[in-house]
Amino acid sequence: MAVKLVFLGKLADLAGSPERDVAGPLDWDGLLSALGPQLAAQVQGDKVKLALDGVLVADKAALAAPDGSEIALLPPVSGG
Amino acid sequence: MAIHVHLVDQPFNPGALLGPFTNAHPGYGGLASFIGAVRADDDVRALELLHYEKMTRPGMAALAEEAAHRFELLGLLVMHRHGVMEPGEPIVMVAACAMHRRGAIGAVDYCMDHLKSDSWFWKREQRADGWHWIEPREEDHSDLARWSK
Repeated sequence: MAVKLVFLGKLADLAGSPERDVAGPLDWDGLLSALGPQLAAQVQGDKVKLALDGVLVADKAALAAPDGSEIALLPPVSGG
Repeated sequence: MAIHVHLVDQPFNPGALLGPFTNAHPGYGGLASFIGAVRADDDVRALELLHYEKMTRPGMAALAEEAAHRFELLGLLVMHRHGVMEPGEPIVMVAACAMHRRGAIGAVDYCMDHLKSDSWFWKREQRADGWHWIEPREEDHSDLARWSK
């Protein structure tokens, strides 16, 4: 099993693809190392939010993503 | 009270939606609508809106429920495109029907402010030199803040 990472907006450009599977389960430190330095720096900033299976993660450092789950990396929105 | 929320990847015709929406609410007192389109300015060749399926639709549905309740609507229609659009194509349409004018106008204004800066969309523009991500604007956040006073 794995955890699916979904990169939205410009983060998909940085990641080189909109999705990536990484070994699960995954906590905050595991996510940062799986992302690599450039994306990790982005996700550590206040502007990028995380969602676990479609629900916003209030405290990113408390992330606990089980096998088979999906983590979305959400940069600031600009719609409409 | 009927709420219709659509997120589509094909062009839509606002005029063709407004007639049936109006007819579906006999006895209404006021109806307001807004259509946002891809502006034909600068050197923008195309606009792309990306969304996140797990959150964008549920977020739009929750916004519509909130607006319908807050403004005591009889009906609300929210139509939003995603994908690649060219100048002149409609991006978004909101129509609200109420017993009184202020509710209808307020609901459209409220929905548009929240769709622009509090919904899960990411926008980029294609210009002569390639694609550029659009960052949120300060005005979008001050527009949004009006509703929490």
